[in-house]
Amino acid sequence: MRKIGFVLSLSLLLLALLAGCSGTDSVSKDMVAGFIYIGPPGDHGWTYAQDKGRLMVEKELGVRTIYKESVPEGPEVKDVIRNMIDQGAKIIFAGSFGYMDYVEEVSKEYPDIIFLHCSGYKMTENMGTYFGRMYQARYLSGLVAGLKTKTGKIGYVAAFEIPEVIRGINAFALGVRDVNPDAKVYVRWTHTWYDPGKETEAAKALLDEKCDVIAQHQDTAGPQQAAEARGAFSIGYNSDMYSIAPRAYMTAPIWNWGPYFIDQIKKAMDGTWTSGSYWGGLEDGIVDLAPLTPNAPAEAREIVEEMREKIISGEFHVFEGPLKDQSGKIRLEKGHVMSDEMMLSIDWFVSNVVGRIETGK
Amino acid sequence: MLSSFLHAAVIAGTPLVFAILGEILTERAGKLNLGVEGMMLMGAVVGFKTALLTSHPLWALFGAALAGAAGALIFSFLTVTLRSNQVVTGLALTIFGTGFASFLGQGLAGHIVPASVKDFFHPVALPVLSRIPFLGEALFHHSIFVYAGYIIIIAAYVYLFKTRFGLNLRALGENTAAADAAGINIMKYKFAHILSGGALIGLGGAFLSLVYVPTWQENITTGRGWIAVALVIFCKWNPIRIFWGAFLFGGLDIIGFRLQGLNIHISQYFFDMLPYIVTVIILIMTSVKDSKEKSPPAELGRPYFREDK
Repeated sequence: MRKIGFVLSLSLLLLALLAGCSGTDSVSKDMVAGFIYIGPPGDHGWTYAQDKGRLMVEKELGVRTIYKESVPEGPEVKDVIRNMIDQGAKIIFAGSFGYMDYVEEVSKEYPDIIFLHCSGYKMTENMGTYFGRMYQARYLSGLVAGLKTKTGKIGYVAAFEIPEVIRGINAFALGVRDVNPDAKVYVRWTHTWYDPGKETEAAKALLDEKCDVIAQHQDTAGPQQAAEARGAFSIGYNSDMYSIAPRAYMTAPIWNWGPYFIDQIKKAMDGTWTSGSYWGGLEDGIVDLAPLTPNAPAEAREIVEEMREKIISGEFHVFEGPLKDQSGKIRLEKGHVMSDEMMLSIDWFVSNVVGRIETGK
Repeated sequence: MLSSFLHAAVIAGTPLVFAILGEILTERAGKLNLGVEGMMLMGAVVGFKTALLTSHPLWALFGAALAGAAGALIFSFLTVTLRSNQVVTGLALTIFGTGFASFLGQGLAGHIVPASVKDFFHPVALPVLSRIPFLGEALFHHSIFVYAGYIIIIAAYVYLFKTRFGLNLRALGENTAAADAAGINIMKYKFAHILSGGALIGLGGAFLSLVYVPTWQENITTGRGWIAVALVIFCKWNPIRIFWGAFLFGGLDIIGFRLQGLNIHISQYFFDMLPYIVTVIILIMTSVKDSKEKSPPAELGRPYFREDK
């Protein structure tokens, strides 16, 4: 018995080696794409948007996909990746920042597999990174909020004091400022990405302080419901949330991962894939503003469309000097456009944001 | 400002009210059920799904209670009938409940509670009571679900300490063999209280998905079940103390968001850990002041074998 087992496993191993050697030819024949999610697709937020991208891949390319949900940002992810490779995955999308080091480690073990990691900065020969310039869409949503507010107070429920979130708040506040110079953006930190109850409570606290528009950088729709219950208005995140708060929801900066996934998988099938860092914006459609609902102010449509075009054409930059921080200090001189490097490490708020960043420094 | 904070604290505490009460009944029957988190999720998802299917609030509540009780049935069958390890069974129930909720909740994300159900749970100001200055608005302008919590706490207190059934249950929790010898039907008592406790825990979950959030989102409880298990100790197995325990912790949970707006420069991270610090302090205090009424039911966690010495 043992002998047969040995022969079997040896031949399997040989087969695997052969498959590995044959390179891209075999890839195109049976492509399998793996997706690793930080949360459940049922969150109607971050993971939901990624899963929509996955379904688009299945539909448009007919490629088999596998996914694993609620994978913690720890060493477990390495086993998940190995398991996916065992199941035939040739390209793996790892959808959260905290996977970075583990993906990098595994990518060295499997040089024939393509790894794509979301929102990180580490790369190898076969590991690329991708993210979207969400701040552009957030700027547009700020325009809508600025036009809508009557009290001049806009609430923003935010997860953590990290550059991604701070950048989003600043872009949003600049959008508000450009249509409503007196309005202020009130930030409330929850220190969680996913807690429907807490996020609802943070929004309620803002509503109690007379905010009449609520925006969010959170992965659940809690703040939307809070605004709906109080007759206020809201701006969602991640995906269209109209069905959740039909009387409050105006629009949302959204992710549209599908086209990027498809592009990468196609390149992998053609054998033209190369490692790199991708940070696409409105021009690629990877980020966008969801259609404005009737809750949004009528005049917003035109302004949003105009600014959207200007951002796409490169005529307008969201972060362009002069930019002052909360203390009034000039952080970006007139005529300068903020570099990607500065954007990726931003740790201060623009002047019309009310809130504090605890950096721990 | 303070009144609106208290108002929010009561709402934040209500899921805990039901969960703590359910766990108190279970532990009074001598069983440590660590499956609260899972049972809450089961109640939350079944309540929500029933609301969607029937558009009827009472069916939704019934469904949630039934789901919680079903979870408790699994638990009590394993621990009472088969006398399996309670800690392990409870943990397994949490894992099962979480998976069950995700499974049943597939495709429910993005739906909202039907209008008829929403209207039923809409906040109502109680006449006279809500006009008490300051406290009236905070305590008596709520959803009917919150009032049900008030009533059920008092009812459970009366039941446990003023009725023969309650006395029997407490006796059973302190010394099962003696209670058995006194002619109390042990099995019946255990099953009845663990199951009704489970139903209450299920309702606690349903409050989250039907009133608090109110949409279905996976893992909607985010750890509240565990807090409830700890708060049973805080409440010293006495329902009347839930008024303190649940609403104090509801308040601690949200106080940070309120203070961030007041420009008080205390770190939000401090408020994030506050509920846990308070739990530790309370545990220390209760164990220092050791007295009979404050200690857990003596049979808690122990399987009962008749005529086993």
